[in-house]
Formats: sequence, structure tokens, C-alpha cells
Amino acid sequence: MRPFEYRRAADPAEALSIAGVEPARYLGGGTNLVDLMRQNIEAPAALVDVSRMPGTIEDTSNGGLMISAAVRNSELAAHPTVRTRFPMLSRAILAGASAQIRNMATVGGNILQRTRCPYFYDATGARCNKREPGTGCDAIEGFNRYHAILGASQHCIATHPSDMCVALAALGATVHLAGSAGVRSVPLLDFHRLPGDHPEIETVLRPGELITAIELTASPAAANSAYRKVRDRSSYAFALVSVATGVEVAGGKIEDVRIALGGVAAKPWRATKAEEFLRGQAPSKERFLAAADAELTVAKTFEGNAFKVELARRTIAAVLGELTGADA
Amino acid sequence: MAIDINGTEYPCPDDVRVSLLDLLRERIGLTGTKLGCNQGGCGACTVIVDGARVLSCLTLAVQADGRQVQTIEGLAAADGGLHPLQEAFIEHDGFQCGYCTPGQICSAIAMVAEFRRGDPSYVTADLASGPGGVTRQEIRERMSGNLCRCGAHNGIVEAIEEMIAGGVA
Repeated sequence: MRPFEYRRAADPAEALSIAGVEPARYLGGGTNLVDLMRQNIEAPAALVDVSRMPGTIEDTSNGGLMISAAVRNSELAAHPTVRTRFPMLSRAILAGASAQIRNMATVGGNILQRTRCPYFYDATGARCNKREPGTGCDAIEGFNRYHAILGASQHCIATHPSDMCVALAALGATVHLAGSAGVRSVPLLDFHRLPGDHPEIETVLRPGELITAIELTASPAAANSAYRKVRDRSSYAFALVSVATGVEVAGGKIEDVRIALGGVAAKPWRATKAEEFLRGQAPSKERFLAAADAELTVAKTFEGNAFKVELARRTIAAVLGELTGADA
Repeated sequence: MAIDINGTEYPCPDDVRVSLLDLLRERIGLTGTKLGCNQGGCGACTVIVDGARVLSCLTLAVQADGRQVQTIEGLAAADGGLHPLQEAFIEHDGFQCGYCTPGQICSAIAMVAEFRRGDPSYVTADLASGPGGVTRQEIRERMSGNLCRCGAHNGIVEAIEEMIAGGVA
């Protein structure tokens, strides 16, 4: 690991004042960043530890939640309001990593974690446009079982590894940011970028900008929601495919539905085409499968991950069936 | 800048690159905590920081500044007697080579506290009400961050069940 300066910030203003002076990375739990630094994939000149900033989870006036970026993943998953009003978020967090890592990891760090593509990690032996722009992508012709089927480019087919973000995408969460030019907020759906020509640029964060909080809005669909993760072993593994879904059924028709997919793209993938296909319709297994097809028709697969299309299709239908009681 | 490790204060290392794991093993000589994968994949380095189980390999020692760290060396009774979970591991053959055992035991002790607090897990059926009784499925899911390559997981789960049934930790 290359030498770096370590600073600790008590609040966002202090963090910004430090990061504004020297190129720095913000440090949350360190579960991803410390590992990447040890592999010499990240080599920041300075770390600004923001994990000791106040970590609060507060009710908002409309029944939602304002969650500080420094809140630990395990604390958020166990929070009574998350468990009752946003169960897909609780379940998604609990599906990720291990208990030890969830105790360490912060909400802000979870959003900013980087892909686990093995070629991204292989700094000495593999080409990777995300790690070293312009060198090529060894995943496209290589081991790509875990790689993207939606939104990828000829330069990168890596996936975003977060489970939590898949639920946040389905919930339409807002990311609150602070920077030298002031504060702003960005919908989580717009926060991560697809790879395009620049897979090394992963988010819309500006230099020195800090995630300060996540905001959730309550809804009947959020309260009636679930997260299902399909993986190579039953626990402590990254997703092959995951589905976060919330549904509100009224008068036999789907009033509101949110679907987001994990393990299939460089960002948490909101399945808007599937949602459009379902809104106003009666819930049924056939309808769920057709909705999944509407979303997945544009999927582009590779040798190792072609199975993901059918896996995603069936998982979407299964979770919708579970939530609506329609036989799936 | 100091870290309380099993009740004794130690200064944070000057080199901020030093992990909590390396501080424990290489600088203080507490070699009970084990270096496994060194990348957060195996759980052998699990210790308890302010009551929460964490991975010492991915924790910079400086991040533990001002915290209370408990390692396998800090679990025994004042008279040197084994912790009840250590006894239960022996009773149920919860290990073969023993390399993952300190991490398993630290993890399990903190896990029981999470369980008693009512924290749900991925396999908890009803998130709102939390886990019901202690089931093998709940223990296996909650201990999935600790790998045992000898395959002693069944004995490990039995030892944890016995500890919970005994009401200790």
C-alpha cells in the first residue's frame, strides 16, 4: 500500500475543507477502499475519514426517512422503520456481504463501492478500461459469468456490486451531496453512470463532493416490497441476479409497481419498461413474465452470462407473485 | 491516539497503513487473531470493536482509535478458564486445524448479541417482528462470513446452539 495522509473529519464542512486542499478520498468503513489500496488499484494521497460523522436516521414530514451517509449498513437494516415501511431495503442490505462487513460499511461507502470484476482487480495481469482507460477489456472475451447484460459498452461489461443500491433504485431514493459549490441532490437513478466510452467515470460526483445523506419517500408499494438475490452459494456471495420489487394492488389492478435489478448492469437497473407493462393491469404470472420480457428484450449477453436473461425473467415473476399472491 | 485492546491501552501506530490485524499480531504479539485472506473474504481475522464484530484485516488501526477492541485473548475468565463457547467448540468438534476458530468464536459471541437485540437476518421470515427462535438456518446465515476449510461447520453450529441454550454470552 502506498503511503497516504490520514485525516478525520467531524462534519461535512470539515471534510470539504480538507478535501478541497489536497486530492483525497473519503473513507467510510474501508471494506472496499482499504482492499483496493492494498492491491494498488487505488492510491489516494490522503484519506479523509468521514465514518465518525453523526450517523442519524430521522423521520421526514411525509413518512419517509433521512439517512446520514455515515450510518452503518447493519444499523440501517435493523432500523424498525426500514423494516416496516421499506422492507426491500432491509432485506437487500442483509443479502449483502457478511455481518462483519455490514457492521463496518457505511451507507455512503456502499453507494460508492467499485465493481468486483476480477479483471479490474488483476492490476498486474489483465487489461481493464475502468482501471486503466484505453487498455481494453479482458472480461468481454474472458470469464464473464458475473458480468452485465444491460447497459454495457464495448469498453466495459462490469456490474455494480451493491445490493443496497438496488433497493434504493426501486424506492427512487434521493442522494444528498455537499461540495465546494454548495449542496445539491441527485436521484439515485442518475447517480451512477453507464460505462459508455468512459467506464472509469462511475458516478456524477464532482471532485471533492461528499455524499451526506440518502432520503426515502414512503409509499404503499415501498411498504409491500421484497428483495430476492440469486447467487452461486446461499450466503456471502455477490449476485448473479437480484430483484427489488414493491407493488401496490388496488381493486384487482396494479396501482403502483417498482422493479430494480442487480447483478445485470454497471448501475442498479430500474426496470421501467417492465413497470409500464404492469401498471393498471391485473396481477398474473403470465403478465409478470411478459413484463420481464419487455425489459430484457434489449439484453446483450456473452458466453458466460447468457443464463442471466432467463434467471432475471423468472426471478422478477417469482417476487411479483410472492408480493401480490398471484400464482408464480 | 490510543486503542483499548482487551483492557490495555496501546498507542496507534505512526504508520497509518498498518491494519488493526497487523497491529495485533505483528506489533503487540496477540497472535490469536488470524491472518487468512487479508481481503475480507474469510472472517479469520474477526475481532469485536465496541461490541460489534468486524474484520481486522480491512480495518486500519487508526480507525480503531478510541475504541475498545476485544480479541480471542480477551475472552477467557479472570482465572484463565475458557469461555463457555470455547468449551462448547471442544465438546462439539467445532474445529479441526483450528485456524479459523478465533474468528469463529469472536464472531459468534457478537452474533448472539445481535440476535438477542432482535436484529433480523436475510433468512428471517418476518422482518418487522424479527427472528423468532434460534434455528440452525438463522445461525448458518449469520455465521456465513466465517469460512472453515476443514468443514467443521456442523460442529460450529452445534457449539453455538449450546452456548445460546446455556444463556451465556
